[in-house]
Amino acid sequence: MEILMAVTAGIIFMAATYLLLSKSLLRVIIGTALLSHGVHLMLLTMGGLKKGAAPILSEHAKSFVDPLPQALILTAIVISFGVTSFILVMAFRAYQELKTDDLDQMRGNDQHE
Amino acid sequence: MQLLHFAILSPFVFAFIIPFLAKYAKRVHTGWFVLILPVLLFIYFLSMIRMTQSGETLRSVLEWIPSLGINFTVYVDGLGLLFALLITGIGSLVTLYSIFYLSKEKEQLGPFYVYLLMFMGAMLGVVLVDNVMVLYMFWELTSLSSFLLIGYWYKREKSRYGAAKSLLITVSGGLCMLGGFILLYLITDSFSIREMINQVQLIAGHDLFIPAMILILLGAFTKSAQFPFYIWLPDAMEAPTPVSAYLHSATMVKAGIYVIARFSPIFAFSAQWFWIVSLVGIFTMVWGSFHAVKQTDLKSILAFSTVSQLGMIISMLGVSAAALHYGHTEYYTVAAMAAIFHLINHATFKGSLFMAVGIIDHETGTRDVRKLGGLMGIMPITFTISLIGTFSMAGLPPFNGFLSKEMFFTSMLRVTHVDLFNVQTWGALFPVLAWAGSVFTFIYSMKLLFKTFKGNYQPEKLEKQAHEAPIGMLVSPVILVALAVSLFFFPNILSYSLIEPAMNSIYPTLLDSHEKFHVHISQWHGFTAEVLMTLGIIAVGTIGYLTINKWKGIYKLFPSKLTLNRLYEKLLTIMEKGSYRVTKQYMTGFLRDYLLYIFAGFIILMSGALVLKGGFSFTTEGMAKIGIYEMILTLVMISATAATVFARSRLTAIISLGVVGYTLALFFVIFRAPDLALTQLVIETISVALFLLCFYHLPKLRLKKKTRTFRMTNFIIALGVGIIVTLLGIASSSQRTKDSIASFFTKHSHDLGGGDNVVNVILVDFRGFDTMFEITVLTIAALGIYSMIKTKVKEEGKSGE
Repeated sequence: MEILMAVTAGIIFMAATYLLLSKSLLRVIIGTALLSHGVHLMLLTMGGLKKGAAPILSEHAKSFVDPLPQALILTAIVISFGVTSFILVMAFRAYQELKTDDLDQMRGNDQHE
Repeated sequence: MQLLHFAILSPFVFAFIIPFLAKYAKRVHTGWFVLILPVLLFIYFLSMIRMTQSGETLRSVLEWIPSLGINFTVYVDGLGLLFALLITGIGSLVTLYSIFYLSKEKEQLGPFYVYLLMFMGAMLGVVLVDNVMVLYMFWELTSLSSFLLIGYWYKREKSRYGAAKSLLITVSGGLCMLGGFILLYLITDSFSIREMINQVQLIAGHDLFIPAMILILLGAFTKSAQFPFYIWLPDAMEAPTPVSAYLHSATMVKAGIYVIARFSPIFAFSAQWFWIVSLVGIFTMVWGSFHAVKQTDLKSILAFSTVSQLGMIISMLGVSAAALHYGHTEYYTVAAMAAIFHLINHATFKGSLFMAVGIIDHETGTRDVRKLGGLMGIMPITFTISLIGTFSMAGLPPFNGFLSKEMFFTSMLRVTHVDLFNVQTWGALFPVLAWAGSVFTFIYSMKLLFKTFKGNYQPEKLEKQAHEAPIGMLVSPVILVALAVSLFFFPNILSYSLIEPAMNSIYPTLLDSHEKFHVHISQWHGFTAEVLMTLGIIAVGTIGYLTINKWKGIYKLFPSKLTLNRLYEKLLTIMEKGSYRVTKQYMTGFLRDYLLYIFAGFIILMSGALVLKGGFSFTTEGMAKIGIYEMILTLVMISATAATVFARSRLTAIISLGVVGYTLALFFVIFRAPDLALTQLVIETISVALFLLCFYHLPKLRLKKKTRTFRMTNFIIALGVGIIVTLLGIASSSQRTKDSIASFFTKHSHDLGGGDNVVNVILVDFRGFDTMFEITVLTIAALGIYSMIKTKVKEEGKSGE
């Protein structure tokens, strides 16, 4: 199972990388969002996918799944959400001001520190 | 803290007071205040001669950074005292001269004397400290103050050029020397030169011996303007003449000589030292004197002459190493004696010549020999000074230069008898080169003298009406030439007072405690080979000087494109343009390029680590089984991901992204993470809503026509990243070395945290700090978004930026 998940995460990473390298700003943002999905999936997989009850003690199960990666992922989800929405608005503003979403036209030049 | 510590630091203290004197005591030329200090110091150092003469030394430690072994340790022996006397003695004369040279009204005197005092203190520090780190500090201070003094007339382009050049070259050398000192420290575990000399055996057998020696020699050669580093010295002639006289003939350029002499006891027994020092010295001597002849600017002639004379002293120091192999033999130690004697002589005649040239410049407005001539009747005193100076420089009797040149020949002739270091084959080279160099020395000396003072007076070419200098300007050079004459007739006043103690410092181990070097300088030895060589020089030199126009053409044989200055310029341009071009190559300004570097770096580093360290392993042991739901979800996820990449409209891309997010939430459900599933669902919904909110405003998703290679590189990089991530994932889940700490959380969640939902207890109890800052992140993001939307900076008049 872990191997399948690792392959899936790898594919998501690959797609995200490909999107990040494109010229359109929107595709870059979609790439970052996709990348964070991949990372979360990877985190979950790394924690081990052994079957067990959800980490809620009132279940009275014999074994529980690892709660720590879940806590980490929860934090990561919230942070990546904040960052993604920030970037999204930033891209929107940049498009408003510059009237372009082509990263090649947004490049800095020598006069620009 | 002894008086000596204070003596070294006093110029710096004085330098603090000078600006106030320059500002508030304008009636008096600031130089008069400055003059007090070197005179007092000179008298103080004179009083030490008695001590070094009896073979004693003075050593005193002032702790500075004792934990690192760096202490302000002063050490006075014959060699240090000799230099200290030169520095303060010539320093007094130069200060006196500068009072009349620099105008009170026209020049900024405050900075000048501050720099000069800084230099004097730094130079005293170089020659009187025992700790190499402190020596290095003072060494760089001399470079720095020399830089400031060369660039004194900073409004002139040439001054700035000369100052920058000298700083670049001497500081590079200084840094090499620092490296050498550190290597010596690694060998001996001490920064003290005394300690190092005591551990010569250890140093000699060490692997770092040669690197340390070469690095220290590089420092000495750059400072003392040896081939090929001499190029900064002619350009340093843009400094005011008192500075040229003081720094660039009598003191700073001899710092390298000091270092060579000081480190002789450590390195001189090796063949490499012998060959490097003596060959570089003798070659520089010939090269410098040869090139001095073609100069037309008086100060340039003197600059090349200084290069040549320094080479001569260094070559003598080099060959004096032979004495260490034959034990106590006067036969070879004469080279060291000659070096020290010539060091003193050179300071006297070169100082006076610079001052004379300064007078000519000051009184006629030019230093160009082609414009000068016939000044003998107009400036009789300056003429006399120049005559004594040049004749002494050329090595003619009855001046002190004659004696040291004879001794120079003696030492060069004796090299041919050395049967060490394979000298037999090449030994004959030394006297031949020495003789050839001396012939050129004779020619440029005569040129300097006669082109300036003989011939026709050409008033129409001069800026000023030539006349004799004021008396104050003449005092210093007259004292120096008086010394030059009296040292010929009474050379032995130096023998046991200065030269013998200095030799003791160069050969500290050669003699038994009760013995003394035999230092007796006599004017006449009978008809020896040296006298014949001098006669030959006079004969050939005179012919050479008279026929100079006939053979001047050989200088044109040297293509002007192949000079060392051109090489230096080219190197600088190549470095500047090259680094600009290289930076331009990879700093393209395109985000994609930088991402490419980052991803490529990631791929190379990670795959390299996996391959080299054998990090990859594969096992299915202990892994969960694959169920049917997971299979389906995986397929959905992969196809949604693919749809995101290949989507032609932005709506499709956004929706597919949402699908990936929701599938992830379903995975969370399957893998027993209810809180995650909840959060993921909510957040994915909000994200998609946000994307859709911006939908109208966002640009159309254009799949621009990209080149095939563009897409191929992207694809290859993306594929690489994907593969690496997959491999890392598999490798790390295949090899778990330690158990998770999960059992602690599940066990104590209830009794310590008071909750049954372990994930929530971890978030707010066990690891509550994470949550706090995660809230902060959200707050900042919200504030950022708000301010981005609300703030609109109207840029008027600025286009594009």
